[in-house]
Amino acid sequence: MTSVSKLLRRSETAVLAILIVVMIVIGVINPAFWQADNLFNLLRANVVIGIMALSVLTVMISGGIDVSFPAFAVAAMYLTVIAMNAMGYQGVVLPFIGATVIGLLCGLANAFFIHTFRMIPLIVTLGSASVVRGLLLGLVGTSIINIDRMPPSLIAFGSSTIEIGGSKLSLMIFIYLGIALLMWLFLTRTMAGRAIFAYGDDAESAKRVGFNTRRTVYLVYGLAGALAGFAGLLHASMIWLANPRDFVGYELDVIAAVVLGGASIFGGRGSVFGTILGVFMLTLIKNSLIIMRIDNTWQGVVVGCVIVIATALTAWRDRKALV
Amino acid sequence: MKARSMNKLTDLRRFVNRDNNILQLLIITAVIFLLMSALEPNKFLRYYNFESISFIFPELGIVAIAMMLAMLTGGIDLSVIGIANLAGILAGVFFTRLYPAAPEAGAAAELMRVIAGVVLALGVGLLAGTLNGLLIAKVRITPILATLGTGQIFTGLCMVLTGGPAIVGFPAWWGFIGNGKILGIAVPLVLFLVVVVAIAVMLTKTPFGLNLFLIGTNPRAAVFAGLRTERMVLYSYMLSGTLAALAGIVLSGRTNAAKSDYGTSYLLQAVLISVLGGTNPAGGKGTVLGVSIAVIALMLLASGFQMMRFSNHLIDFIWGGFLLLVMVINVLRNRGK
Repeated sequence: MTSVSKLLRRSETAVLAILIVVMIVIGVINPAFWQADNLFNLLRANVVIGIMALSVLTVMISGGIDVSFPAFAVAAMYLTVIAMNAMGYQGVVLPFIGATVIGLLCGLANAFFIHTFRMIPLIVTLGSASVVRGLLLGLVGTSIINIDRMPPSLIAFGSSTIEIGGSKLSLMIFIYLGIALLMWLFLTRTMAGRAIFAYGDDAESAKRVGFNTRRTVYLVYGLAGALAGFAGLLHASMIWLANPRDFVGYELDVIAAVVLGGASIFGGRGSVFGTILGVFMLTLIKNSLIIMRIDNTWQGVVVGCVIVIATALTAWRDRKALV
Repeated sequence: MKARSMNKLTDLRRFVNRDNNILQLLIITAVIFLLMSALEPNKFLRYYNFESISFIFPELGIVAIAMMLAMLTGGIDLSVIGIANLAGILAGVFFTRLYPAAPEAGAAAELMRVIAGVVLALGVGLLAGTLNGLLIAKVRITPILATLGTGQIFTGLCMVLTGGPAIVGFPAWWGFIGNGKILGIAVPLVLFLVVVVAIAVMLTKTPFGLNLFLIGTNPRAAVFAGLRTERMVLYSYMLSGTLAALAGIVLSGRTNAAKSDYGTSYLLQAVLISVLGGTNPAGGKGTVLGVSIAVIALMLLASGFQMMRFSNHLIDFIWGGFLLLVMVINVLRNRGK
C-alpha cells in the first residue's frame, strides 16, 4: 500500500500519466500517429537530445546549469569529421572516442573555472560556449560538410536499422538506452554518483561529511562535456552532414526536457527515468504539431507554454514540500 | 542608533567597493581605447567611427540595464530579446496591417500614428514583464526557467506573427527614433542617457531601489523585515520588460525592420556587460554607471577588432574570453581583501 502511494507521489508518475494522455489526444486527432513508422521516427528524434539531456541532468543534480553543451557538441562533431576527412580514416569507434575526448576536455575547462574561482556555472558556461563557438567558426571554418564529403563509415553507422513488422527502427535508440542505463547505474549505484546528489543538495555538508567536492565538480562537468561530444558526432552521422552552426538554441530545449522530467534546478533532485520521459514529452509535442494539423510556426509558443506550465507545477510541488 | 551607524558603515563600504569597480572599468576602457588607437589610428580615431558607435550601442546598453535590474534581486531575464523583438514586430504589424498610412494624411497624423506605435510597443513590454514578474514572484518559478519559457513564447509569437521573414515598412518618424539626430546627437544615445539617469535616480534615491538591493542581498531577511518582496520583484521585471521593449523600438527604428531572430547574440552580451559592469548575478550589487561604462568598453573593443578585419566569430570568442577573464580578475581581487 505504502509503495503504491509512494509511486503515485513521484514526479515520474505524473509525467508518465500526462504523456499517456497527450498521446491519446494526439491519436484521437489523427490516428496516423499510431503508425509504427511515425512512432519509430519519434523514437529516433529522442536519441541526440536524450543523450544531451543526460549530460544536463548530471549538471543539474549537482546544482549547476550548463548552456555550453551545444557548443561543445558542435565543436566535437565538426573537428572529428574534419580530422577524419583529412586523414582519410574510415572507422567508427576511434572517431567517437575522439569526439568524446574533445567534449571531455571542454567540460573539464568549465569545471576548472567553476571550482577554482567559485564562479556561477551559468556565467562560466555562457562564456565558454561563446569562446568555443567563436573559435570553431572563426578559425576552423563555416562551411557545411555535406553528404558527399561525409565519411561513409559514419553514415553507414548512423543509418543502421532493424526491421520490426515492416518498419525500420534506428539502432541508435539502443545506444541511447544503453547510455541511459549506464548513467542510471552510475548515479544511483556508485559512491561518485551519490556524491553528485550530495553536492547538489548542499555543497558545504557534502564537503563536511568527507566527499571530495573538487573531484565531484570535475567529474560532473567532464562527464557532461563527454556526453555532449559523443551526442554531437552521433547527430552528424544520423543526419549525414556536419554543420558548424548546428545545435543553436538546443540549450533551451534540453534544459526544458530535463526540468519536465522532474529534476530540480536547485540540485540534489532528478532521475534518469524522469529525464527520458521529459525528453520524450518534448519531442512528442514538437514533432506532433504537424500531425495535429497545427501550423509549425506555433512550435515556439507551444514549447514555451509547456516549459512554463511544467516549471509552475514543479514550483507548486516544491512549495508544498516546504510546509 | 546602532542600526544607523551600521547602515552608514555598509554605505561607506559599498561606496568604496563600487568606486573600485568603476575605477577598474575605466582603466580597462582606457586601455582598450589606447590599444585600438595605436593599432588602427587612421580608422579608429575618426569622428565617423564614434558617431556610428553612438547609434549602435544604446540598444545593447538598454538591454544590459534591463538585465541588471533582474539581476539585482538575484534573478535573470533571459526573455529580454524575445520581448524586444515582439515589441518591434507588433509595432510593425500595427503600422503595416492594422493602421496603414493614409495617403493624404498630414504630418500631425503621421506623428500620432508613430506615438500610438510607441505606446503599443512599450505596453507589450510592460505586459510581458508583468507575466515574467507574476511567474517569478507569485508562482515562484526560478527566474532562469520562467524567463527561458516566456522568452520561448515571445519569440514563438514573433514567428507566428511574421511567419519567418522580416517586417518592413515602418513610418519615417519611427526611423527617426533609430537614425535621427537631435542637436547633432544621435537619438538612440539621447534615449540611452534618459534611461541611464532615470534608472540611476530610481535605484539610488527611491525606496523602490533600496528595496531591490536589500532583497538581492538577503531575500529572507527582506521578508522578515517586512518588505513587500513579491511586489518589488514584480515591479522590477515589469520595468525590465518595458526597457527591453524600448530597446526593440530603437533596434527596429535603426534597421527599419523587425524580425523574430534579430539580436539573438545580444542576450549573451547583455549578461556579459551587466556582469562586467560590476553587477553581482547573485543579487544585491550593481550600478547603472558601471553597466554604461562596460557597454562602451565592449563597443570600442568590437569596433576596433572589426576594423582589423577580424571575423564576427572571433569577436564572439573575444567577448566570451573577456567575460571569463573579468570574472577571474574580480574573484582574485576580492580574495586579496
